[in-house]
Amino acid sequence: MTSVDHRSAEEIGRTATGPRPVPELGAQKAAADLSHVDTVLSNGLRLLAVRKPTVPLVELRLRIPFGGTAPLHAATAEVLAETMLTGTARRDRIEIDTELALIGGELDTVVDPERLTISGNGLATGLPTLLDVLADALTAASYVDEEVARESARLVERLAVSRTQPRVIAREALLRHVYGDHPATREVPQAADVEQVTPEAVRALHTAAVLPRGSVLVIVGDIDPERIAADVERVLGGWSSDASAVVMPGLPEVTGGDLLLVPRAGAVQSQIRLIAQSLPRTDPRYAALQLANMTYGGYFSSRLVENIREDKGYTYSAHSGFEFTGTTATVGVDADTANEVTAAALLETRYELGRLAVVPPTAEEVESVRQYAVGSLLTATSSQAGLASQLAALTAAGLGVEWLAEHPERVAAVTVEEVAEAALDFFAPARFTGVVVGDAATLAPQLTALGGVTVGEPGK
Amino acid sequence: MAETSRFTLHNGLRVVLAPDPTAPVVGVAVHYDVGFRSEPEGRTGFAHLFEHLMFQGSESLEKLAHFKIVQSSGGTFNGSTHPDYTDYYEVLPSAALERALFLEADRMRAPKLTRENLANQIDVVKEEIRLNVLNRPYGGFPWILLPPVLYSTFPNAHNGYGDFTDLEQASLDDCAAFFDTYYSPANAVLTVAGDFEPDRARDLIEKHFGDVPHRPAPPKRSFAEAPPAGEVRGQHTDPHAPLPALAVGYRMPDPVGELDAYLANLVLAGVLTDGDGSRLQQRLVHREPLVTDIGAGAGLFGPFEARDPDTFSITAIHSPDVSAERVLAAVDEELEKLAATPPDAQELAKVTARWSASLHAEHDRLMSRTLSLGAFELLYGDPSLVSRLPDRMAAVTGEDVAAAAKALRPDSRAVLLVEPEGGAK
Repeated sequence: MTSVDHRSAEEIGRTATGPRPVPELGAQKAAADLSHVDTVLSNGLRLLAVRKPTVPLVELRLRIPFGGTAPLHAATAEVLAETMLTGTARRDRIEIDTELALIGGELDTVVDPERLTISGNGLATGLPTLLDVLADALTAASYVDEEVARESARLVERLAVSRTQPRVIAREALLRHVYGDHPATREVPQAADVEQVTPEAVRALHTAAVLPRGSVLVIVGDIDPERIAADVERVLGGWSSDASAVVMPGLPEVTGGDLLLVPRAGAVQSQIRLIAQSLPRTDPRYAALQLANMTYGGYFSSRLVENIREDKGYTYSAHSGFEFTGTTATVGVDADTANEVTAAALLETRYELGRLAVVPPTAEEVESVRQYAVGSLLTATSSQAGLASQLAALTAAGLGVEWLAEHPERVAAVTVEEVAEAALDFFAPARFTGVVVGDAATLAPQLTALGGVTVGEPGK
Repeated sequence: MAETSRFTLHNGLRVVLAPDPTAPVVGVAVHYDVGFRSEPEGRTGFAHLFEHLMFQGSESLEKLAHFKIVQSSGGTFNGSTHPDYTDYYEVLPSAALERALFLEADRMRAPKLTRENLANQIDVVKEEIRLNVLNRPYGGFPWILLPPVLYSTFPNAHNGYGDFTDLEQASLDDCAAFFDTYYSPANAVLTVAGDFEPDRARDLIEKHFGDVPHRPAPPKRSFAEAPPAGEVRGQHTDPHAPLPALAVGYRMPDPVGELDAYLANLVLAGVLTDGDGSRLQQRLVHREPLVTDIGAGAGLFGPFEARDPDTFSITAIHSPDVSAERVLAAVDEELEKLAATPPDAQELAKVTARWSASLHAEHDRLMSRTLSLGAFELLYGDPSLVSRLPDRMAAVTGEDVAAAAKALRPDSRAVLLVEPEGGAK
């Protein structure tokens, strides 16, 4: 179309010398040891500080368990997260932003039903400022009436936007279908609840729940871990309480059952979301299950992606992965598909679950996911930000640097039989339930014909 | 970051090497000097569709083998299509360097373009468009919706994802012509970054890419067109959006030929919307407040991914109670204030310190660093420019920013209004 004289597609695809062999892998070096300090400070805060001087920066993650069962908890927690960095006794909103900006830094707060997370970064030379602003917000956030009112109003508008995102709608439907009214289902608060949140309630929640005992601070970067421990002890010394941060109530076990077709009139694409009970990282069978999951849908070369994307073109992305909550875990499967192929895609998704359970992965499949599990961990943890996020996730299960360092050995030791056993025990279709969100008028005849699908609103 | 080195193979392939032994992983990228601005009329979305096809097999590799080999070597991969280039990349444990080079060379030499794979990837791309544009609130805002308002020539104005009718008409012969025209080694840059030994990498590159036959690079096209002669307006009704939104598009200085003026625009974007203390955040989000969110930036996917002409954009989501005119008037007032009174040293220092830190963070991620070095070689002929950017940014003066603000004129810009259809679920 652009050049007149071009070869045909067939001519382009061959050369005189013909196909060539794929080169062998060379010898792999192990990741460098991470010098670190993992300790509990006098206020009960666990500190994990790791030296990784690849760039002159520092990354920080503070995770505070933030469970709550009060009716307005989710809304109050969301407003708290939005306003925590809008002013303290010592600094107003603009002073906070200016001090952080001058060290090339940022602090962000995010809350979910399990925890409040404060993430930050900046030039390593600015760490004292970063810690000082953090300590100030933890001990003296003021939640002035005006800021709370304004952030609540913004939040209401953002929630409206958020609830039009198909993935948010599908996530909410899935959680309500599986967990009913458990606090874990309130990832996105209701706008009407946010409108009821008062500044007094936010301040009271901060006093009662923003607590060091049971929380974890991860610091990764161009730092000296030994010195950091003393610095943090000094700067955060004023943040103290005898009470412990509140952990979300445990989730009920997911049992298999019908999928719910949740109507979304006029949608041009459907969200398929399946879920089943799984194992946490602390379980001895986790590594085998991790490899089973990758074989199913946990990476691009998986059975699911090859089937419904690369073979049939039903979806742009299909994926399966773990979600770790408290001391438990689930595995989820998701794909977004056009209306006309939704039922066919669900059929294939279930078929691949059944096949994984009863047609064991081959040795070749297991070797592929084994390499991928180790390699992708190396890649993900090769940056400061990646390592900080990975460690923060591990600390939630009481794990740390050692688990990360030893995991390649655990993955290497898994046998093909162990993967097959894990697949049968955890990926059988009967263990799954879930939702399909889409245009019910178009989808219902085919989906209900497949069986195991009912139509309705979740949680009813 | 260690020193980068460069060389060119006999077939014209430019190579950038950037060794860094701090983690046992390596990044490999190939940038081809063609993006969606080069698509012919009637074939919107073709560059991106072709990107998908490059993963579908080659002379030595069956369909799916590319993914399997990268992942079973412990690596990750992807590709992306930009206005002026298309990139392909993988990050792997360093033991897999030769494999990655082999994979990129094999598809540069002899990709297998088949009717079946073309049909399959047209379906996949349509699902990608449904996912990212049609079934999502603010899908394609502003990168698909703003260019047709700001620009009037096909290369600059059309939809880079493509229309379904154009995608469906793409033929195998279109693919062959596109490959032979644009995917020659002389029109590409290979970048290797991370944990490797430069001399050995050089040998491996010669071994795998050396016999990819030379074809001349296509002549460079200019996409120049005149800026709008007045304020031009466009409107889009979004079936999923709950709130109105607007995007303002301006033309910017040439990103390559007038780099310092372009950088002044980047600093300006920071002064306007970066952080709670920035001008537009303070006024439009916190003080008045008129909008839920506001952002400003150079380039519709970020800076340094296009040649001239490039777009400076300001986007906002606002409540239906606030008119777009009020938002525009407030933006214009703030730009006028900046044009009349340059920002002070502290305001500039805030922007440049954050910029410098975010550049370090970007380069700490091997994938981003590899891609950025390749893109700078392609667009600027100088990968090391990346590491000098923080100093160039820090040299931008308050007067430069004031001049940049003054150039964002209400009488030469595009305004796109996004209206919710109403009652959207």
